[in-house]
Amino acid sequence: MTTLDKRQSENLLLKPLRQVGISGYGAYVPQYRLPASEVARVWMGGKAALPIKEKSVPGLDEDVATMSIEASRNALARAGIHPQQLRAIWVGSESHPYAVKPTSTIVAETLGATPNIQAGDWEFACKAGTEAIVAAIGFVGSGMADYALAIGMDTAQGRPGDALEYTAGAGGAAFIIGPAEDSLAVIEHSYSFVTDTPDFFRRQYQKYPEHAQRFTGDPAYFKHIINAAQTLLNASHTTPKDYRYAVFHQPNLKFPQKVAAQLGFTKEQIGPGLLVGNIGNTYAGSAIIGLTAILDIAEEGDRILVVSFGSGAGSDAFSLVVTDKINKRRDLARPTRDYINRRIPIDYATYVRLRGKLVMK
Amino acid sequence: MEIPRHWRIRQQRYALVGEVCPHCNAKLFPPRDICPQCGEDARTPYQFSGKGEIYSYTTIYEPPAGFEEYTPYTVALVKLEEGPVVTAQLTDLGEQPLEIGMPVEMVTRKIRSDSDERGMIIYGYKFRPVLSRQ
Repeated sequence: MTTLDKRQSENLLLKPLRQVGISGYGAYVPQYRLPASEVARVWMGGKAALPIKEKSVPGLDEDVATMSIEASRNALARAGIHPQQLRAIWVGSESHPYAVKPTSTIVAETLGATPNIQAGDWEFACKAGTEAIVAAIGFVGSGMADYALAIGMDTAQGRPGDALEYTAGAGGAAFIIGPAEDSLAVIEHSYSFVTDTPDFFRRQYQKYPEHAQRFTGDPAYFKHIINAAQTLLNASHTTPKDYRYAVFHQPNLKFPQKVAAQLGFTKEQIGPGLLVGNIGNTYAGSAIIGLTAILDIAEEGDRILVVSFGSGAGSDAFSLVVTDKINKRRDLARPTRDYINRRIPIDYATYVRLRGKLVMK
Repeated sequence: MEIPRHWRIRQQRYALVGEVCPHCNAKLFPPRDICPQCGEDARTPYQFSGKGEIYSYTTIYEPPAGFEEYTPYTVALVKLEEGPVVTAQLTDLGEQPLEIGMPVEMVTRKIRSDSDERGMIIYGYKFRPVLSRQ
């Protein structure tokens, strides 16, 4: 990392003109689960170290648009605002249903938020959702809008037999960013760290992404998350002890636990947001669905650190402080654990059918 | 391709938006602009709650064109809490047995593709058994 003096490092924090926060949040996870042992059974003769217990799989009639709609309905219920008060709907994903045509217009029309609205789709691998949140912070923080909806949602693709097939899950979360005085959690600071690092990519017209094996670790995941988190901690004069909870991008169980330990966070701090073992890596939704599970149990005054990671590569870090509004709003929509506990285990054959991997014509 | 036909009814189909009669307060779905209860003009949009119960149902094993990839699937008559009965697919059923009178809630899902995989994706309302709060 380039060395900066203290003053410069403080200037790195992204500061909106007016303080903003999360007015409402909502999660969604489809009900099907593919145990990692099924992938190992089919491709490794049952002999493989399993990175998670099981991953979520979308139903035949689900995609990023339908899943974003349900998460957004939950977020709207908690925010208690009229959909027409939203001035932006931004959907971050790497599995948008159309190659050309926005997902966000489908979501906006369904919620009843059209036509006086910005709408657009964001793409930055697993940090497309937090990129949309940063944009929403700017949009609301500048005074251009009072409320903006940012979504991170994916139905992740994994090549049959590939290491990613064990973990590439489906799900995500939606956040309504609004003025701090109408927030259940105020966003204190945010900071982003980005470099050009080709650790994972999918070319045009390719069905499955490529990844650079071990290269996805140190130069990609760990470097970006640690730089983003450490810069935010330094510039905001906080240490891990100042946080009740932390959540990091969770592509498997190992990486987020290792990066948390390196930064000085305990198992207790990351436990409530660590969902990957039961739903898989939800890509653009991965870190932020962990945040929804934390908000489901957080109390007034709790400080939370969120750090995403998107291949390509970059990390967005946020620190939030929960307000007293959490108590009244939390129960206005389904908690994330309800979606996680709703599970129908499937075998590999059903998975292949649900994910459209059968050649029908 | 029937893009204009799908586009025209997108709000009612995405979100169960019908009409309410300003004269007798009847809730109409699908929207039809004339109230079937009192015969007066009824053009005020009305957002249905999406809550209802199964009035009757059947499972489709021999689907019409366009629905082959979803078989078998279940279609129900759903009596909405505001009164109207709508025909819709049920989804997310899993293994649980269905019963007449079972409470269901609206979700927005993929219905099918228009023509083939090159055509537009048609989204619309379906119903699922109400998720239990744990």
